Amino acid sequence: MSTLAISGLNVVFSTEDGPLHALKDVTFDVPERRIVGIVGESGCGKSTLINAILGLLADNGTISGGEVLFEGRDDLTQFTPRQMRDLRGPRISTVFQDPMGALNPVLSVGRQMINIQYRSDQSKEQKAARAIEMLKLVRIPDADSALERYPHQFSGGMKQRIAIAMALMMEPALLIADEPTTALDATLEVTTIELLKDLQEKIGCSVMFISHHLGVIAELCDDVVVMYAGEVVERGPVREVFQHPSHPYTRRLLECDPARQTERTRILPTIPGEIPDLRARPRGCVFAARCLDRHEGCDTPQPDIVVAPGHAARCNLAGQTAREGAGA
Amino acid sequence: MSEAASNPPAATARSSELWRSLRRLLREPLGLFGLGLVLLVIFGAIFADFLTQWDPTRINPRDRFLGPSGEHLMGTDQLGRDLFSRVLHGGRIALYVALVSTAVSLAIGIVLGLIAGYGPRWLDNLMILLFDAMKSFPTVMLALALVTIMGPSLTAVMVVVVLVNVPGYARIVRTQTIAIKSSEFVTAAQSMGASTTRILGVHIMPNVIGPLVILASMDIPVVIAIEAGMSFLGLGVRPPTPSWGSILNDGFAQIRETPWIAIAGGVPIIITTLGFTFLGETLRDVFDPRLKGR
Repeated sequence: MSTLAISGLNVVFSTEDGPLHALKDVTFDVPERRIVGIVGESGCGKSTLINAILGLLADNGTISGGEVLFEGRDDLTQFTPRQMRDLRGPRISTVFQDPMGALNPVLSVGRQMINIQYRSDQSKEQKAARAIEMLKLVRIPDADSALERYPHQFSGGMKQRIAIAMALMMEPALLIADEPTTALDATLEVTTIELLKDLQEKIGCSVMFISHHLGVIAELCDDVVVMYAGEVVERGPVREVFQHPSHPYTRRLLECDPARQTERTRILPTIPGEIPDLRARPRGCVFAARCLDRHEGCDTPQPDIVVAPGHAARCNLAGQTAREGAGA
Repeated sequence: MSEAASNPPAATARSSELWRSLRRLLREPLGLFGLGLVLLVIFGAIFADFLTQWDPTRINPRDRFLGPSGEHLMGTDQLGRDLFSRVLHGGRIALYVALVSTAVSLAIGIVLGLIAGYGPRWLDNLMILLFDAMKSFPTVMLALALVTIMGPSLTAVMVVVVLVNVPGYARIVRTQTIAIKSSEFVTAAQSMGASTTRILGVHIMPNVIGPLVILASMDIPVVIAIEAGMSFLGLGVRPPTPSWGSILNDGFAQIRETPWIAIAGGVPIIITTLGFTFLGETLRDVFDPRLKGR
């Protein structure tokens, strides 16, 4: 059973210039006790996806189709705001990108960590003990006195670890991590990722890890979902997808990864062109305008082709070019 | 804020912070001076009954227009009432109006500001329109209009003060709320399932309240001036209840012959407004984090 099974999810924002189709037919699974990475460039709909799952879409956004199945039974798209609110926190919790802003600056860390347990009917001492326990788990030195301190007295990495501790305090079934390491430097990034992996194993939750750092995804995740312009263009086990990318976008993305450059260069490679205007989506492949392998077959809606078990790509050439393209 | 009290570590951290700020206040000569004046007025108001044996409202026609003497420290007015006693009891009225109406204005201002800042856009626009409309009324005109409806009374004074103060407080709270509601810790709280009341009460309000309290403490002299002004015009406290404004009015007619009556009414107003202004400004500086460590 999957912790989260999203199928055919569509999200539309109504704007002054007409409807904006932000997510189109998004389908993927977050299996139990697995870490799924979501990767894609800015504006590809990663944040919209999170908000749609959490029921926190902006007022002008609606889920126009599809379902989000949580723990195999509840379709979150049918939940009332009240039901969603009860789910957020204890069952699904979130860590955000900016550790500086994630904590309330005027309240002490202890106060916030105790506050966040407001649903539990334990005594204040028990809650404080639980907070200290969590802080120790995320390796905050001197956890006991850390409760008295205010957010500005911690470094960015520590704040992010505190945010992780707060998110995992209720032992949720699903942790959504929205680029939690982007604002941290490289060393901290590695430690934070190891910590996250460690905690995930301890608590036994599933993780949805959003990032645009391919190295981090490869390091941390079991599965990867590649998004482009609000569509899932490719998904599958990390190793499989990174070694045999079957969608041209994934291939280009991997080519552009600075870590994969073999030669010294002054100008890092980029993918020319821009994401299409989501108010006027192309009828066919959404990546066609920037694709090097474009042909007539790209002007019709693309099928999801399964190239290997659990590995699918939304490209009509998927099965054919996959293996040759791997070495590029 | 009950949590702070029962949460020892956070409480000590917070109170030591407060204590440091207060110590800084005591190092500022102007703040110390203001504090002294304010304490003097408060002391006089609280212990009015012990400081003088005269009844502030007892009329004694034989003792009219007596100058200051050992028996009547500030002399008597046109009805033979002891002015010192009237000044002390007038202080009670002034402080009562200042504290109660400021507290009420703060409470209403915070609630309205939070609603305007966090609520839907149309409500925000409507409330801003209302605030601006209220602000655009001249205070005296507003007071006259209200007194015409309600009749002159202490309540009328307080309603005027609340109406004058609320729009300003609400606007500040609204602006702060809008700035804070998009910050990540609010999104984080939402994603953790916090309700709207919880977000407003636990996360936004503590961020808003500090600067607002300082501002309110600087508004107290204005409130005292409004009370005195309305009583001077006969729109406030009804006679025979003593008020600094009405004492000033009593002495106004004979200011050449018996100046001590007008002085008895005017000096306390000056002392109190100066005291609260000095104190408020020093408090603002002392709690300004940019001036820390000075």
